[in-house]
Amino acid sequence: MATYSTNEFKSGLKIMLDGDPYAVVENEFVKPGKGQAFNRVKVRNLKTNRVIERTFKSGDTVEGADVVDVELQYLYNDGEYWHFMDQQSFEQVTADANVVGNAAQWLKEEAICQVTLWNGVPLSVAPPNFVIMTIVETDPGLRGDTSGGGGKPATLETGAVVRVPLFVQSGEIIKVDTRTGEYVSRVKE
Amino acid sequence: MSADSLLPILRLRAQLLAQIRVFFATRDLMEVETPILSAAATSDPHLASFTTVYSGPGPRYGQTLYLQTSPEFPMKRLLAAGSGCIYQIAKAFRDGEAGYRHNPEFTLLEWYRVGFDHHQLMNEVAELTTALLANRLSLAAPERLSYQELFVRHLDLDPHRATVAELAAVAERQKVSIPPGMPVQDVDPWLDLLLTHCLEPHIGQGRLCFVYDYPASQAALARLRPENPPVGERFELYLNGIELANGFHELGDAVEQRRRFAAENAARQAQGLPMTPLDENLLAALESGLPDCAGVALGFDRLVMLAAGKETLAEVLAFPFEQA
Repeated sequence: MATYSTNEFKSGLKIMLDGDPYAVVENEFVKPGKGQAFNRVKVRNLKTNRVIERTFKSGDTVEGADVVDVELQYLYNDGEYWHFMDQQSFEQVTADANVVGNAAQWLKEEAICQVTLWNGVPLSVAPPNFVIMTIVETDPGLRGDTSGGGGKPATLETGAVVRVPLFVQSGEIIKVDTRTGEYVSRVKE
Repeated sequence: MSADSLLPILRLRAQLLAQIRVFFATRDLMEVETPILSAAATSDPHLASFTTVYSGPGPRYGQTLYLQTSPEFPMKRLLAAGSGCIYQIAKAFRDGEAGYRHNPEFTLLEWYRVGFDHHQLMNEVAELTTALLANRLSLAAPERLSYQELFVRHLDLDPHRATVAELAAVAERQKVSIPPGMPVQDVDPWLDLLLTHCLEPHIGQGRLCFVYDYPASQAALARLRPENPPVGERFELYLNGIELANGFHELGDAVEQRRRFAAENAARQAQGLPMTPLDENLLAALESGLPDCAGVALGFDRLVMLAAGKETLAEVLAFPFEQA
């Protein structure tokens, strides 16, 4: 793997620290009037998402991390692992609950997800920004109410719960923004 | 930057430059200009010079030339030649220094006072800076504390006597992230680590603060005062945690100066950095006799930044490095 000098640090660069992969968040150059210059760097641990600060002597080098984002198709969940497939190579990747995290509630079979791989092993899974899902359960609302005010919880086919307008009913199909977890619209079949 | 936000900044720069020239004219300092491109360069291992190669006629054909990191050496040659008190507003260049408070090309105001020591020069720096910032920032009375007092006050540590182990323990206690590859013998990088991470943010909040009498190992071009331990008669000016100026009671001893240059080049060699050609013209000038003097370099762009209430140098330059 390549090494990077602190002079090459920029937001998003993936580096190895203490055996873990990190992404550079912010890189600040500090120097006393005369003397040793340092880089105070904010880095995000790609396994835990925790942001920490690390200081380097300016010009020192750090090993790069082999971290790539790939588009994989979600296949199925076997009760313990989520299985994904590269649609070009047909190679499969499995991820556990730690890796899939909150994305699990948005995963419908065949969805194209962005999976972050470190040395070929998944670190995190990002669902598509928008998903189309069927409501399996929600309180019957007032049929005539189209104001959208208030809202009510609705359970989707994957188990995710989102707030929907009162006029939306069980069995209907809706579009949801997975980044905010918010209802966007009804979808006609 | 849009023209609407750029023009007030350019006007402020112009006003401050004009005020500086009036300040020195009333005190009979002569404005000078010296070459920014030189066959010699600083040997300070912590400074990197931009280089270029001359390809025209004359004895310098094919020679590597260096952009100055400060106008100090040629100005001292003028002092040794009998110029008397002088000042210069000059462009300086430092490779590898870019950030919120650093631009690789920047403007220095540098001046020399014959017959002054570093404390007398600090008085004048305070007078000029206070005049330039009046009506722009409200400042409490200037403060002055020694490098030792600074470390004792904030970290309960004597910087002149602390060992690497003691400095490392303080850094750990202060929750400073310790960089890999810190030296086990040399205390200076550890002092710099504590200074930049724990001390500088507190220095000169709402007032000018002069820090003076640095460890002998950080004297740079300042003369040493033989105390126990000896200290370098050097000072730094801070305002709101930002370093604004560096000054010396100037070293005039050519033999000692040559020894320091050689030690710096040896340190460069040990670190795998390029060695730099010594400024023999400067050394010859020191041999001929530098008048007793003190000199200071003040970062003009940082002063503008503070006067304008901005947070980054890029906001006060017509065209920052990335757009140059």
